[in-house]
Amino acid sequence: MAADVHDRIAERWAADALEIGPSHGLLALRVEPRRLTEVARSLKAEFGFDLLLDVTAVDWPAREPRFDVVYHFYSTRDFVRVRLKTRVAESAATVDSLAALYQSARFAERECHEMYGIGFRGNDDLRPALLYEGFVGHPLRKDYPKHREQPLVPYRT
Amino acid sequence: MSARSPLPNPIRAAFAAGEHEGTSIVSIGPSHPATHGTVQIIAELSGERILRTDVHCGYLHRGFEKECESHTWHNLIPYVDRLNYCSALINDFAYCDAVERLMGIKITPRCRYLRTLLAEYSRVADHLTCTAAMLMELGAMTAFLYLVMLRDYIYEHLAAVTGARVTYSFGRIGGLANDLPDGWLTRLEWILSEYDTFVGRVHGLIDRNRIFIDRMRDIGVLRTDEAINWGFTGPVLRSTGVPRDLRKDTPYLAYGELDFEVPVGINGDNYDRYYVRMREMDESVHMIRQLAGRLPPGPVSVDDRRCTLPPKHLVYTEIESLINHFKLIIDGPQVPAGEVYAAHEGANGELGFYLVSTGLGVPYKVHVRAPSFVHVGGIHRLLEGYQLADLVPTFGSVNMIGGECDR
Repeated sequence: MAADVHDRIAERWAADALEIGPSHGLLALRVEPRRLTEVARSLKAEFGFDLLLDVTAVDWPAREPRFDVVYHFYSTRDFVRVRLKTRVAESAATVDSLAALYQSARFAERECHEMYGIGFRGNDDLRPALLYEGFVGHPLRKDYPKHREQPLVPYRT
Repeated sequence: MSARSPLPNPIRAAFAAGEHEGTSIVSIGPSHPATHGTVQIIAELSGERILRTDVHCGYLHRGFEKECESHTWHNLIPYVDRLNYCSALINDFAYCDAVERLMGIKITPRCRYLRTLLAEYSRVADHLTCTAAMLMELGAMTAFLYLVMLRDYIYEHLAAVTGARVTYSFGRIGGLANDLPDGWLTRLEWILSEYDTFVGRVHGLIDRNRIFIDRMRDIGVLRTDEAINWGFTGPVLRSTGVPRDLRKDTPYLAYGELDFEVPVGINGDNYDRYYVRMREMDESVHMIRQLAGRLPPGPVSVDDRRCTLPPKHLVYTEIESLINHFKLIIDGPQVPAGEVYAAHEGANGELGFYLVSTGLGVPYKVHVRAPSFVHVGGIHRLLEGYQLADLVPTFGSVNMIGGECDR
């Protein structure tokens, strides 16, 4: 069943995907940022991927473009998973939001935004979810030092 | 005494007072006796009815994912324990499974069965905690004490095998820390029979209790399509009437070999969430009994020097094992480069680990798809339109766990 759905997606997007192939039981798909919404819409409407599980990013500081933005989808009809990736540069780290397709994208994109500084065009609520107002920097970027402190209240001496 | 500058506000509310005529804004939490977990809910009220809510989490954020990037694969196990600390073993096994997939390791049959058994045992403990707390918040003190007593039996019993009551650090990449001690399965039988007695009493006290039904029926209603759209999984999704359970749909560990049902609700309200959890515990107990009856013999850890420590007597007597031991402790297991997403059915929903390895003993990235975090993103759908007094049981019925939500 999983292989069948994966084959159909591969067939549908083989021409437009930059990379496509199996990855430990799911289908991994990489597309250009401008195609993101189009592919997500197709996954939802044509292939039944109704659950957007999660949005995150991976930082590769030495690579250009620097960030992978990673989405995981699940089909509650066929029990199949897809990983959708796209690459964005640090200078233009913005992709289209999937909030119009999946409500669960709203909160997940908030986390990705604060942790990696990725912008999501069309998500009107990108306030910090886990961090606080006024936090400087994006802690999951590789160049953010682990021990940096940003206390809200000055330490007593 | 110098004048203190006002404390900067760590959050920015989505709405402010005065936008609507005759409404008021109240802030519940972040430290409130009735919300388990440190979470702040800003609610706009008309009288006692909730019009809008803005839920803020993150008070327990401790940089889990950042910290993971500077420890070896094995050293993360105590950290993943502290995600959902009500069912820590499920986190352990899901994480180990993800790493094992990257390394191409097939765990031993005994380990597979033991992991399934312990995961189900943890699920019972988690559901007991959630149900007990939710009932106590509605004043059902007896039911709370019955359920928490059972949970404490389980905690002590898990301490007998793992050495800890709550955060066990018991999973190992490629196996488990230990096998079961002698007599463990005998005590297990006794605890399961106590479970039958006391959960039976709770059913008798609560299920058809007029007060309980009036407080829970048709409160916090969620439709299936809406639940999926907002990313709800686990008991919350099942309470809306669909039998979506990863243990059944994409069987892992030993679930494909077990007989069990996936209980579902009808209405997706608080009562259904209560009942689905109660029935799921019964199914877990049914699974534990099957597993305990046919535990395969053999070792609990794979014989693979890439991840399993060599036997101690060899470390002391031969140089290869000594080097192997040091390499595994200091450099960590060398996990082949690649990325993996492994999902297990956690007690509250899909618990996914997305790992990226560059071939080193330290992960390049660890991301957790925590059910509680996703649920907090959609929990306002359950709160809006109901009474302020419903907020506490509704929030309790989702069982948001700060440890995995805030990471």
